[in-house]
Amino acid sequence: MSAPSTLSMFRWIVARDLTLAWRRRADVLATLFFFVIVVSLFPLGIGPETQLLRSIAPGVVWVAALLASMLSLGRVFANDYQDGTLEQMLLTPQPLYLVVLGKVFAQWLVSEVPLVLIAPLIGVQFDLAPDTLRILFVSLLIGTPILSLIGSIGAALTLGLRGGGVLIALLILPLYIPVLIFGAGAVEASIDGMSPQANLYLLAAFLVVSLVFAPWATSAALRITLE
Amino acid sequence: MTPESGEIRWQGAPIRSLAEEYSRSVTYIGHRIAVKEELSSLENLRISSGLTGTEITIAEAQEALARLGLAGRENLPARFLSEGQRRRSALARLLTCNTKLWLLDEVLASLDHAASTLIESIIGEHLNKGGIAIVATHQELHITAGSFQRLELAS
Repeated sequence: MSAPSTLSMFRWIVARDLTLAWRRRADVLATLFFFVIVVSLFPLGIGPETQLLRSIAPGVVWVAALLASMLSLGRVFANDYQDGTLEQMLLTPQPLYLVVLGKVFAQWLVSEVPLVLIAPLIGVQFDLAPDTLRILFVSLLIGTPILSLIGSIGAALTLGLRGGGVLIALLILPLYIPVLIFGAGAVEASIDGMSPQANLYLLAAFLVVSLVFAPWATSAALRITLE
Repeated sequence: MTPESGEIRWQGAPIRSLAEEYSRSVTYIGHRIAVKEELSSLENLRISSGLTGTEITIAEAQEALARLGLAGRENLPARFLSEGQRRRSALARLLTCNTKLWLLDEVLASLDHAASTLIESIIGEHLNKGGIAIVATHQELHITAGSFQRLELAS
């Protein structure tokens, strides 16, 4: 009915998911360490060939970010589905769109933001210039919310299915491809001394589109699962 | 909620068209009680109330939990509680919710005799205040208040 109650609902969901994530810190750290280790394996495997490392860096970091986000996505709705909380959320007076947005926002804060923050540090292993590290940070900052938003559709669709983890990867990874192309593209452009702006703007456009449509698609998927 | 046939109406209007207004007047506690194991009963109660649009203070939550016999255990994570205690902490929401229609599924499951009597009297108070409760249960429900109707669903 009124804006305050809608807002407070959003706040409750985010606060709740953050508290839960804090109580289950191990899960969150696992995602972060997965990212760090996967990215670090490449310089170790390839050896100190700076030219080669520099040229594969954008792709490697971005692919690792995609895979790391797959790890945490399964949990977005699964726990709430099992103990009946999701049912309660569907029955709330507020639009489901907001519930989904709140949960996705919390998931992004908990699982993706640490990864975005640590990425510039990891980029140093690939001998990237400070300017490029900044672009890497910005591209991940714009790109990771898209991963969470698109991923939430997959998480909702595979809810309650056996082997949902693999299925979610098959459903969602193809949809991540544009994000990967433009995210890694921005960093590559910066390495080659060109302006990364075009790539970043396209990434931002993707963010806006997925911000509008993904929670809506996720809500629809949740309704189908729970009816 | 879609019925197999027919239509569900709330105060004369189909619930499909009411949507928000309808969900504002319903409290549903189902078989899966939506109690998070990592959170304490106090947090569980405050959060589930906040999510359904009735924010309550810590004192209000404590009072409700105390009435259900969880005084002194409010801050214990729910995974340390017994099944009955967990169900009681979920049912504490009935005391704080302010809704007219209660939909309760197997409300007496895992509750001991004292707790069952307590829940029956809470439902009774709700009926006396003009509320409605639809309860699905396998146990005998002793309600003395209000008008009480029993539907036996065979097989």
